[in-house]
Amino acid sequence: MNTENYPKIYLYKRIVEAKLFIDKHYADNIDIDAIAREACFSKFHFLRLFRQIYQVTPHKYLTMLRLQKAKELLQSGASVTETCGILGFESMSSFNKLFKRHIKLAPSVYATRRRDQRSDMKKHPLNYVPLCFVDYMGWDK
Amino acid sequence: MISKLSHVSFFVLDLHSARDFYVNKLGFEVKMDIPVGEKGLWLTVAPKGQDIEITLIPVDNEMMFKKDTSEKLAELIKARAFGFGVFECADVYATYEELKNKGVEFIKAPKEGGGIPEAIIRDDSGNFFGLCQAK
Repeated sequence: MNTENYPKIYLYKRIVEAKLFIDKHYADNIDIDAIAREACFSKFHFLRLFRQIYQVTPHKYLTMLRLQKAKELLQSGASVTETCGILGFESMSSFNKLFKRHIKLAPSVYATRRRDQRSDMKKHPLNYVPLCFVDYMGWDK
Repeated sequence: MISKLSHVSFFVLDLHSARDFYVNKLGFEVKMDIPVGEKGLWLTVAPKGQDIEITLIPVDNEMMFKKDTSEKLAELIKARAFGFGVFECADVYATYEELKNKGVEFIKAPKEGGGIPEAIIRDDSGNFFGLCQAK
């Protein structure tokens, strides 16, 4: 289907819908090519428009989203195995490799550091709040 | 010499609702979420990848405001008197479509022509913000 001549707003709606689909199904085995077909775009046109609008390719966006969710899960206390399973990674090694490449830490190390930080925040919360707010909120009294 | 602004505060009517708005609708990330004492909560958010933390301050904060000040602030927010700044995005039309889809209130939709396209949104409390496209 030639979508080049469609009104701009129609194209935006289709790309935004595709992006929201990725937001919702990031943990499933998403086929970006199928999303492009579903949105009635050629793969090339879909990739170009997505990149133009969101400044990243759909693949990269999906990777970033999954890593963001992985960080959130690890921070909330999920184990590396649980996180890997919830996010639908093919294997622990592919998850470990991807995480390390982007976050520069192994997921287990990231989880430990975040856990330690959370624990310290609980013990000494005021160390993490600027003094002006502590003072104004009366939290030091 | 001052090198940067690190925190900025938004006054909100309800902290939990504001958190939902900024995180789940605008897509911001939680930077700090630290309970302080029995009732306090230090909650900061920011657009992903941005250093400046937005501190969400509930106006019913007993420790911070006297009762009458708190009520006056809430009235002003409800009267939609506050606007706190401008958010930037890569594509204002796509962001408009996405946020509209998520139920964000727009005072003004972006229009083509006449300089930089800009929309105006309200947060869940009623504070308004510009939404413009990065130059």
